[in-house]
Amino acid sequence: MKEYAYYPGCSVEKMALSYHMSAMETTRALGIQLKELEDWNCCGTTAYFHVDQILSHALCARNLAIAEREKLDLVAVCAGCYKNLYFANAHLKNDPDLAEHVNVALSEDQLNFAGTIAVRHLIEVFIQDVGLEAIQAKVSHPLTGLHVAPYYGCQILRPRKDHEDVEQPRFFEDLLTAIGATAVEYPDRLRCCGSSLLLTSRPAALGMLRTLLQSAVDSGAAVIATACPLCQVNLECYQNQVNHEFGTDLSIPVLYFTQLVGLALGIPPDKLGIGKELVLPTPVLSSVGR
Amino acid sequence: MAERLSFSDEVSNLLYAAHGNPLTTCIQCGTCSGTCPVVPYMDHTPRRLIGMITAGLKEEVMASNTYWSCASCYHCNVRCPQGIDIAELMYALKRLSIWRAQHKEGLIGPVFSETFVKTIFKSGRSYEPVLATSYLFTFGVQEFLQEAQTATSLMLKGRLPVLPPRIKRLDNFGRMLRRIIPMGDAK
Repeated sequence: MKEYAYYPGCSVEKMALSYHMSAMETTRALGIQLKELEDWNCCGTTAYFHVDQILSHALCARNLAIAEREKLDLVAVCAGCYKNLYFANAHLKNDPDLAEHVNVALSEDQLNFAGTIAVRHLIEVFIQDVGLEAIQAKVSHPLTGLHVAPYYGCQILRPRKDHEDVEQPRFFEDLLTAIGATAVEYPDRLRCCGSSLLLTSRPAALGMLRTLLQSAVDSGAAVIATACPLCQVNLECYQNQVNHEFGTDLSIPVLYFTQLVGLALGIPPDKLGIGKELVLPTPVLSSVGR
Repeated sequence: MAERLSFSDEVSNLLYAAHGNPLTTCIQCGTCSGTCPVVPYMDHTPRRLIGMITAGLKEEVMASNTYWSCASCYHCNVRCPQGIDIAELMYALKRLSIWRAQHKEGLIGPVFSETFVKTIFKSGRSYEPVLATSYLFTFGVQEFLQEAQTATSLMLKGRLPVLPPRIKRLDNFGRMLRRIIPMGDAK
């Protein structure tokens, strides 16, 4: 059984608990083990970059160094945590002066960054390490007839890490197809949800959310799938406020890809955290027999 | 005679850890502005902002809401034909405006960022209820009530933390951060 260090991230502790629950359940069912990173700290989100670059790298470096001590690759579920950890790892590996500076700070916690592990996102682990064929082989309850909008959002894809396709990715669609669902053509799948602008520039964020939600409905989706807690919370929990602001009548459930995969693997909905939503997915799911 | 640093150079110096090309390579094509999902809410588009920096319009740049409106979606970054790290430019301007306490009045972003950084400093983890204080009180009655309603619904579903989380080795963590930024005895 392949083992990874697991970086839950702050939002997964409560706000996105269902992401954590479904990540644990599905990885177990797929034969991989997530071992929670010992005493992990916040990745710094974007707010730390607003104050100091080295400080934000130091926050990530502490988590990377703990994973290095365990000799395990680090898997994040939040797109923001993933982006921060991935690029801190890359920058520290490429810049020995920066690494030396950060290591002086890390020594206060008896840690050292050496650049020996990789940072991954869970959806990437599903697709590249487990593989679509292996997932498909374990599907006992295919989500036949469920029209899903694959919402990639931003930071899983961007900034570009290597030479991967950041304009026309298909891996989310392929994953949905593997579990029997129908991935709709969702033109705004790469467009930003507004992230923390919801708190700092509310009118802008509500406008951005309206575009995304309306476009998902117009593309024939019954549910939106995400791979990021912030996208999930923005798209789902703020639908009421979008409706209030724009006089719309939007009501589309937003689930994590791990919840959809879990359902297809036959895991009971309550173990996947289904039921914690403000826009209940139950009517949509019962239409496909789950 | 020593020459005064141009605003463009000053901004470039803030981009010390960016991996993009210099702002001076910008060809003003507008791909960034055409891509950015927040443009309708910005005082100036990203393309225009870069032009203004090159032209040395420091006060106008710093007084705009453009860089504090950036959501860090990096869409402009991956499309810029000149390979300029535009999102990092926005971060740099945010840092400059926080250091100088120089930004457009009424913006929530700077206060939110500072509250966030202090929260992490104290506990090692993020905690939504403390962060909320940085923006909730700037809201009008309508927004406040809507936000309270959303928060109540989330709480009923067990999705809001009651107690602030803390990492175990918080003392080490605090000393680690002080090695990067001397913060005195500030808690």
